[in-house]
Amino acid sequence: MTFTAFLFYFFAVLQVFVAISLITVKNPVHSVLLLVVTFFCGSVLWMLLEMEFLSIVLVLVYVGAVMVLFLFVVMMLDINLTEMRAGFVRYFAIGVPIALALAGLMVWVLDGKLFQVEGPPPRPEGYSNVDELGSVLYTDYFYSFELAAVVLLVAMVAAITLTFRRRPGTRRQDPAQQIKVRREERVRLVKMKSESRS
Amino acid sequence: MIPLSHYLILSAILFSIAIAGIFLNRKNLVLILVCIELMLLAVNTNFIAFSHYLGDLAGQVFVFFILTVAAAEAAIGLAILITVFRNRRSINIDDLDELKG
Repeated sequence: MTFTAFLFYFFAVLQVFVAISLITVKNPVHSVLLLVVTFFCGSVLWMLLEMEFLSIVLVLVYVGAVMVLFLFVVMMLDINLTEMRAGFVRYFAIGVPIALALAGLMVWVLDGKLFQVEGPPPRPEGYSNVDELGSVLYTDYFYSFELAAVVLLVAMVAAITLTFRRRPGTRRQDPAQQIKVRREERVRLVKMKSESRS
Repeated sequence: MIPLSHYLILSAILFSIAIAGIFLNRKNLVLILVCIELMLLAVNTNFIAFSHYLGDLAGQVFVFFILTVAAAEAAIGLAILITVFRNRRSINIDDLDELKG
Protein backbone atom coordinates (compact mmCIF):
# COMPACT_ATOMS: atom_id res chain seq x y z
CA MET A 1 0.00 0.00 0.00
CA THR A 2 1.43 3.33 -1.02
CA PHE A 3 1.56 6.32 1.29
CA THR A 4 -1.22 8.05 -0.67
CA ALA A 5 -3.52 5.07 -0.26
CA PHE A 6 -2.71 4.93 3.45
CA LEU A 7 -3.57 8.63 3.81
CA PHE A 8 -6.82 8.14 1.93
CA TYR A 9 -8.04 5.19 3.99
CA PHE A 10 -6.92 6.72 7.28
CA PHE A 11 -8.72 10.00 6.71
CA ALA A 12 -11.76 8.33 5.16
CA VAL A 13 -12.25 6.08 8.19
CA LEU A 14 -11.58 9.01 10.53
CA GLN A 15 -14.13 11.13 8.67
CA VAL A 16 -16.81 8.46 8.92
CA PHE A 17 -16.25 7.93 12.63
CA VAL A 18 -16.22 11.66 13.37
CA ALA A 19 -19.41 12.07 11.35
CA ILE A 20 -21.09 9.29 13.33
CA SER A 21 -20.11 10.86 16.63
CA LEU A 22 -21.24 14.25 15.26
CA ILE A 23 -24.85 13.11 14.98
CA THR A 24 -24.90 11.32 18.33
CA VAL A 25 -23.21 13.68 20.80
CA LYS A 26 -25.43 15.53 23.23
CA ASN A 27 -24.01 19.03 23.07
CA PRO A 28 -24.56 21.06 19.87
CA VAL A 29 -21.25 22.89 20.44
CA HIS A 30 -19.41 19.57 20.33
CA SER A 31 -21.18 18.54 17.17
CA VAL A 32 -20.21 21.79 15.43
CA LEU A 33 -16.59 21.23 16.52
CA LEU A 34 -16.75 17.66 15.19
CA LEU A 35 -18.09 19.05 11.92
CA VAL A 36 -14.92 21.14 11.74
CA VAL A 37 -12.86 17.94 12.06
CA THR A 38 -14.97 16.34 9.31
CA PHE A 39 -14.26 19.27 7.04
CA PHE A 40 -10.53 18.98 7.75
CA CYS A 41 -10.60 15.31 6.75
CA GLY A 42 -12.54 16.22 3.62
CA SER A 43 -9.97 18.85 2.79
CA VAL A 44 -7.17 16.29 3.08
CA LEU A 45 -9.06 13.92 0.75
CA TRP A 46 -9.55 16.71 -1.79
CA MET A 47 -5.86 17.53 -1.57
CA LEU A 48 -5.09 13.89 -2.41
CA LEU A 49 -7.12 14.35 -5.61
CA GLU A 50 -4.91 17.32 -6.59
CA MET A 51 -7.63 19.90 -5.94
CA GLU A 52 -5.38 22.24 -4.04
CA PHE A 53 -7.40 25.42 -4.47
CA LEU A 54 -10.71 23.97 -3.37
CA SER A 55 -9.28 22.12 -0.42
CA ILE A 56 -7.64 25.31 0.85
CA VAL A 57 -10.88 27.19 0.24
CA LEU A 58 -12.76 24.56 2.20
CA VAL A 59 -10.54 25.15 5.22
CA LEU A 60 -10.33 28.93 4.91
CA VAL A 61 -13.91 29.76 3.97
CA TYR A 62 -15.81 26.89 5.51
CA VAL A 63 -13.91 26.20 8.70
CA GLY A 64 -12.72 29.78 9.04
CA ALA A 65 -15.94 31.63 8.39
CA VAL A 66 -19.06 29.48 8.20
CA MET A 67 -18.21 27.16 11.08
CA VAL A 68 -17.18 30.08 13.29
CA LEU A 69 -20.55 31.66 12.51
CA PHE A 70 -22.22 28.40 13.53
CA LEU A 71 -20.21 28.30 16.75
CA PHE A 72 -21.12 31.90 17.59
CA VAL A 73 -24.81 31.22 17.09
CA VAL A 74 -24.81 27.92 18.99
CA MET A 75 -22.96 29.43 21.92
CA MET A 76 -25.26 32.45 21.95
CA LEU A 77 -28.46 30.42 22.14
CA ASP A 78 -29.61 29.00 25.42
CA ILE A 79 -30.65 25.52 24.36
CA ASN A 80 -32.54 23.19 26.61
CA LEU A 81 -30.58 19.99 26.03
CA THR A 82 -32.85 17.49 27.77
CA GLU A 83 -35.88 18.67 25.84
CA MET A 84 -33.91 18.33 22.61
CA ARG A 85 -33.00 14.73 23.38
CA ALA A 86 -36.55 13.62 23.96
CA GLY A 87 -37.59 10.90 21.54
CA PHE A 88 -34.01 10.12 20.56
CA VAL A 89 -34.48 6.36 20.94
CA ARG A 90 -37.70 6.36 18.96
CA TYR A 91 -36.14 8.25 16.05
CA PHE A 92 -33.05 6.05 16.34
CA ALA A 93 -35.21 3.05 15.51
CA ILE A 94 -36.55 4.78 12.39
CA GLY A 95 -33.61 6.79 11.16
CA VAL A 96 -30.76 4.34 11.47
CA PRO A 97 -32.39 1.49 9.46
CA ILE A 98 -33.34 3.96 6.72
CA ALA A 99 -29.82 5.35 6.58
CA LEU A 100 -28.32 1.85 6.63
CA ALA A 101 -30.59 0.73 3.79
CA LEU A 102 -29.72 3.82 1.78
CA ALA A 103 -25.99 3.39 2.39
CA GLY A 104 -26.15 -0.32 1.58
CA LEU A 105 -27.98 0.33 -1.66
CA MET A 106 -25.57 3.03 -2.76
CA VAL A 107 -22.51 0.98 -1.82
CA TRP A 108 -23.93 -2.00 -3.71
CA VAL A 109 -24.37 0.12 -6.84
CA LEU A 110 -21.10 2.00 -6.55
CA ASP A 111 -19.06 -1.13 -5.94
CA GLY A 112 -20.03 -2.43 -9.38
CA LYS A 113 -17.80 -2.74 -12.39
CA LEU A 114 -18.85 0.63 -13.80
CA PHE A 115 -17.04 2.69 -11.22
CA GLN A 116 -13.74 0.83 -11.02
CA VAL A 117 -12.00 3.64 -12.87
CA GLU A 118 -8.29 4.08 -12.37
CA GLY A 119 -7.10 7.63 -11.91
CA PRO A 120 -5.20 9.65 -14.49
CA PRO A 121 -1.40 9.70 -14.21
CA PRO A 122 0.04 12.24 -11.76
CA ARG A 123 0.32 15.78 -13.04
CA PRO A 124 3.67 16.98 -14.33
CA GLU A 125 5.84 19.23 -12.23
CA GLY A 126 4.81 22.87 -12.30
CA TYR A 127 1.16 22.10 -12.94
CA SER A 128 -1.03 24.62 -11.17
CA ASN A 129 -4.57 23.78 -10.20
CA VAL A 130 -5.27 27.44 -9.41
CA ASP A 131 -4.20 28.48 -12.94
CA GLU A 132 -6.44 25.89 -14.54
CA LEU A 133 -9.45 26.72 -12.41
CA GLY A 134 -8.98 30.47 -12.80
CA SER A 135 -8.64 30.21 -16.56
CA VAL A 136 -12.09 28.67 -16.91
CA LEU A 137 -13.69 30.59 -14.06
CA TYR A 138 -12.91 33.98 -15.57
CA THR A 139 -13.78 33.02 -19.15
CA ASP A 140 -16.37 30.29 -19.64
CA TYR A 141 -18.08 30.68 -16.30
CA PHE A 142 -17.68 34.43 -15.92
CA TYR A 143 -21.39 35.28 -15.76
CA SER A 144 -22.08 32.58 -13.19
CA PHE A 145 -19.10 33.85 -11.23
CA GLU A 146 -20.60 37.36 -11.15
CA LEU A 147 -23.94 35.84 -10.23
CA ALA A 148 -22.31 34.07 -7.28
CA ALA A 149 -21.07 37.44 -6.06
CA VAL A 150 -24.61 38.83 -6.33
CA VAL A 151 -25.93 35.81 -4.38
CA LEU A 152 -23.47 36.56 -1.60
CA LEU A 153 -24.49 40.23 -1.55
CA VAL A 154 -28.18 39.35 -1.39
CA ALA A 155 -27.48 36.84 1.39
CA MET A 156 -25.63 39.50 3.37
CA VAL A 157 -28.46 42.00 3.01
CA ALA A 158 -31.02 39.32 3.92
CA ALA A 159 -29.11 38.18 7.00
CA ILE A 160 -28.69 41.75 8.26
CA THR A 161 -32.34 42.57 7.61
CA LEU A 162 -33.52 39.45 9.41
CA THR A 163 -31.51 40.03 12.55
CA PHE A 164 -31.62 43.83 12.66
CA ARG A 165 -33.51 45.12 15.65
CA ARG A 166 -34.59 48.74 16.05
CA ARG A 167 -35.15 49.33 19.70
CA PRO A 168 -37.26 52.31 20.75
CA GLY A 169 -35.67 54.86 23.02
CA THR A 170 -32.11 54.55 21.81
CA ARG A 171 -30.25 57.75 21.01
CA ARG A 172 -28.80 57.78 17.56
CA GLN A 173 -27.36 60.32 15.16
CA ASP A 174 -29.32 61.29 12.07
CA PRO A 175 -26.78 62.23 9.40
CA ALA A 176 -29.39 63.87 7.16
CA GLN A 177 -30.42 66.15 10.00
CA GLN A 178 -26.77 66.89 10.75
CA ILE A 179 -25.97 67.83 7.19
CA LYS A 180 -29.06 70.00 6.80
CA VAL A 181 -28.13 72.29 9.68
CA ARG A 182 -27.37 75.93 8.81
CA ARG A 183 -24.82 78.20 10.36
CA GLU A 184 -27.51 80.56 11.66
CA GLU A 185 -29.08 77.83 13.76
CA ARG A 186 -25.95 77.09 15.69
CA VAL A 187 -23.80 80.23 15.84
CA ARG A 188 -25.03 83.43 17.46
CA LEU A 189 -22.83 86.53 17.30
CA VAL A 190 -23.21 88.73 20.32
CA LYS A 191 -22.10 92.37 20.12
CA MET A 192 -20.99 93.82 23.42
CA LYS A 193 -18.70 96.50 24.59
CA SER A 194 -15.37 95.55 25.94
CA GLU A 195 -15.11 96.10 29.64
CA SER A 196 -12.77 98.75 30.87
CA ARG A 197 -9.97 97.73 33.19
CA SER A 198 -10.75 98.85 36.65
CA MET B 1 -4.03 4.02 -6.94
CA ILE B 2 -7.37 4.36 -5.23
CA PRO B 3 -10.26 3.54 -7.59
CA LEU B 4 -13.04 6.03 -8.11
CA SER B 5 -15.59 3.80 -6.42
CA HIS B 6 -13.91 4.21 -3.02
CA TYR B 7 -14.39 7.96 -3.09
CA LEU B 8 -18.00 7.52 -4.18
CA ILE B 9 -18.65 4.96 -1.45
CA LEU B 10 -17.14 7.29 1.14
CA SER B 11 -19.39 10.14 0.10
CA ALA B 12 -22.43 7.83 -0.03
CA ILE B 13 -21.72 6.74 3.55
CA LEU B 14 -21.31 10.36 4.67
CA PHE B 15 -24.59 11.29 2.99
CA SER B 16 -26.41 8.44 4.75
CA ILE B 17 -24.91 9.49 8.09
CA ALA B 18 -26.24 12.99 7.50
CA ILE B 19 -29.71 11.60 6.76
CA ALA B 20 -29.58 9.53 9.95
CA GLY B 21 -28.51 12.70 11.78
CA ILE B 22 -31.55 14.58 10.53
CA PHE B 23 -33.75 11.75 11.80
CA LEU B 24 -32.03 11.53 15.19
CA ASN B 25 -31.92 15.24 15.93
CA ARG B 26 -35.13 16.30 14.36
CA LYS B 27 -36.05 18.52 17.29
CA ASN B 28 -32.91 20.62 17.14
CA LEU B 29 -32.81 23.23 14.39
CA VAL B 30 -29.05 23.81 14.70
CA LEU B 31 -28.18 20.16 14.24
CA ILE B 32 -30.38 19.92 11.16
CA LEU B 33 -28.41 22.77 9.61
CA VAL B 34 -25.17 21.01 10.57
CA CYS B 35 -26.38 17.79 8.93
CA ILE B 36 -27.23 19.71 5.75
CA GLU B 37 -23.64 21.02 5.71
CA LEU B 38 -22.43 17.44 6.04
CA MET B 39 -24.61 16.40 3.09
CA LEU B 40 -23.16 19.21 1.00
CA LEU B 41 -19.65 18.03 1.87
CA ALA B 42 -20.53 14.52 0.68
CA VAL B 43 -21.94 15.86 -2.59
CA ASN B 44 -18.90 18.05 -3.11
CA THR B 45 -16.62 15.05 -2.58
CA ASN B 46 -18.55 13.29 -5.34
CA PHE B 47 -18.07 16.22 -7.71
CA ILE B 48 -14.38 16.46 -6.89
CA ALA B 49 -13.79 12.75 -7.39
CA PHE B 50 -15.49 12.74 -10.79
CA SER B 51 -13.65 15.90 -11.79
CA HIS B 52 -10.32 14.24 -11.01
CA TYR B 53 -11.00 10.85 -12.53
CA LEU B 54 -12.64 12.14 -15.71
CA GLY B 55 -10.23 15.06 -16.09
CA ASP B 56 -13.02 17.63 -16.36
CA LEU B 57 -12.69 21.04 -14.76
CA ALA B 58 -16.43 21.67 -14.70
CA GLY B 59 -16.74 19.59 -11.54
CA GLN B 60 -14.41 21.92 -9.68
CA VAL B 61 -16.31 24.97 -10.90
CA PHE B 62 -19.50 23.36 -9.63
CA VAL B 63 -17.96 22.76 -6.22
CA PHE B 64 -16.87 26.39 -6.13
CA PHE B 65 -20.42 27.58 -6.72
CA ILE B 66 -21.86 25.07 -4.28
CA LEU B 67 -19.51 26.40 -1.60
CA THR B 68 -20.66 29.95 -2.36
CA VAL B 69 -24.33 29.11 -2.20
CA ALA B 70 -23.81 26.98 0.92
CA ALA B 71 -22.15 29.91 2.68
CA ALA B 72 -25.10 32.13 1.77
CA GLU B 73 -27.52 29.45 2.90
CA ALA B 74 -25.77 29.02 6.23
CA ALA B 75 -25.80 32.77 6.85
CA ILE B 76 -29.50 33.15 6.10
CA GLY B 77 -30.41 29.95 7.95
CA LEU B 78 -28.63 31.09 11.08
CA ALA B 79 -30.27 34.53 10.80
CA ILE B 80 -33.70 32.88 10.66
CA LEU B 81 -32.67 30.67 13.59
CA ILE B 82 -31.76 33.72 15.67
CA THR B 83 -35.03 35.44 14.80
CA VAL B 84 -36.99 32.31 15.77
CA PHE B 85 -35.09 32.03 19.05
CA ARG B 86 -35.70 35.71 19.83
CA ASN B 87 -39.42 35.37 19.35
CA ARG B 88 -40.02 31.95 20.91
CA ARG B 89 -37.10 31.48 23.36
CA SER B 90 -36.57 27.98 21.95
CA ILE B 91 -35.39 26.31 18.76
CA ASN B 92 -37.43 23.18 19.19
CA ILE B 93 -39.05 22.35 15.88
CA ASP B 94 -42.18 21.09 17.61
CA ASP B 95 -42.80 24.64 18.85
CA LEU B 96 -42.94 26.00 15.32
CA ASP B 97 -46.51 24.98 14.63
CA GLU B 98 -48.28 28.29 14.03
CA LEU B 99 -48.83 27.63 10.34
CA LYS B 100 -50.80 24.49 11.12
CA GLY B 101 -53.87 25.88 9.38
